[in-house]
Amino acid sequence: MLGFMRGQPLLSTVIHREKMAAAPVMMPYFGQQISSKSDLVPDWTRQEVSTGTTIMAVEYDGGVVIGADSRTTTGAYIANRVTDKLTRIHNKIYCCRSGSAADTQAIAEIVAYQLGFHSIELDEPPLVETAANLFRASCYRYREELTAGILVAGWDKRKGGQVYSVPIGGMLVRQPVSVGGSGSTYIYGFMDANYKPGMNKEQCMELTAAALSLAMERDGSSGGVVRLASISEEGVERRVILGNQLPKFSTH
Amino acid sequence: MLEEAAPEWLSEEVKTGTTIIGIEYDGGVVLGSDSRVSAGETVVNRVMNKLSPLHDKIYCALSGSAADAQTMAEIVNYQLDVHSIEIGEDPQVRSAATLVRNISYKYREELSAHLIVAGWDRRNGGQVFATMKGLLTRQPFAVGGSGSSYVYGFVDAEYRRGMSKQECQQFVVNTLSLAMNRDGSSGGVAYIVTIDEHGTEEKVILGNQLPTFFDQ
Repeated sequence: MLGFMRGQPLLSTVIHREKMAAAPVMMPYFGQQISSKSDLVPDWTRQEVSTGTTIMAVEYDGGVVIGADSRTTTGAYIANRVTDKLTRIHNKIYCCRSGSAADTQAIAEIVAYQLGFHSIELDEPPLVETAANLFRASCYRYREELTAGILVAGWDKRKGGQVYSVPIGGMLVRQPVSVGGSGSTYIYGFMDANYKPGMNKEQCMELTAAALSLAMERDGSSGGVVRLASISEEGVERRVILGNQLPKFSTH
Repeated sequence: MLEEAAPEWLSEEVKTGTTIIGIEYDGGVVLGSDSRVSAGETVVNRVMNKLSPLHDKIYCALSGSAADAQTMAEIVNYQLDVHSIEIGEDPQVRSAATLVRNISYKYREELSAHLIVAGWDRRNGGQVFATMKGLLTRQPFAVGGSGSSYVYGFVDAEYRRGMSKQECQQFVVNTLSLAMNRDGSSGGVAYIVTIDEHGTEEKVILGNQLPTFFDQ
């Protein structure tokens, strides 16, 4: 039972594994669910480590803002509550990872190596689109074995700030704003309503922090702190928003 | 030679994979739904009104299996009629919700429908109840159906206590529009019902009149 979202980008609704279906037929439970399997061995010893997660990336004129939660789960156990899911691929190209922790770490390392090599050959900073295509090549070729949903975002001289989405299955699409991970379903509506083209960096930061905060409230596989980063011609600026500093909404 | 197979939708269960929402304001409630009924990938009804009256000032919003939801609503409508004659006055919203809950709890293994019950009564004003798999809980607002997953973030952020009737109606329309854009099982037109002390007002908002967002 993997606590992440498996999305098939056939332009159909995304389907959750585990308890959550596209139509919420989940049983409301108070407290722990008793497992009928061996109660002597905790379930997390048998579960794959996953970054069931919420990630988001937004383009603005001059750069990108990326954000992620910080929870890594093995079943119901939170293996790491301060994970850094914003992984550097190159100086001004980062990726946001969701899905299997092992798969995404491995792919990111491979792409970082490939891109570093390419950049030396080119004698120039690499393009974000190149990095995105390298991700896509790996994710598509090994699509049956991998579970990785990745957002590639960065800045380059040619096209400025760019966000590319490489969801499970290995498609590649550029979008002005994109969300991913199991928590992303809950914030599609919020994102559609609140994103406007032409926002500046601070507005993008606030939008991302608010969206991640909302998703972390609703998704059991997302939580912890909000990690943000902005990438522009000037460089990379990282921020952390701790739990008690997150934006609050009236239903809490 | 390719044989013509029977169309898939004849064998698929008919579902109101849907988006429904109910919200209270001081003096009444607003209920909203989309209008799509699907059987597998086919839309078998694109203009279905999923807001079903249980009594003059109590409505419910249907989601899940179309047959289950409709039948539950009809049974509760009948039971409420009898109950209101017995007590000699308009029933409470809580009574209607309890009747729905009793059915969905008793038959929770067989049924797969989720109804949101909302209405106005003299004792407690506007109320919204969620009844899912046999749970009964009163909430300031409730969303349901497959499309609701996509708008949890939006409703959490936008809902404030003390909204007026117009603000609630706009909130419902915006929420439905966002969900219908993202959920393949929701779409068509938006039906809105506003219930308060003075009566019940039904409204339809056609597809091209729904609010649009940055990528449309």
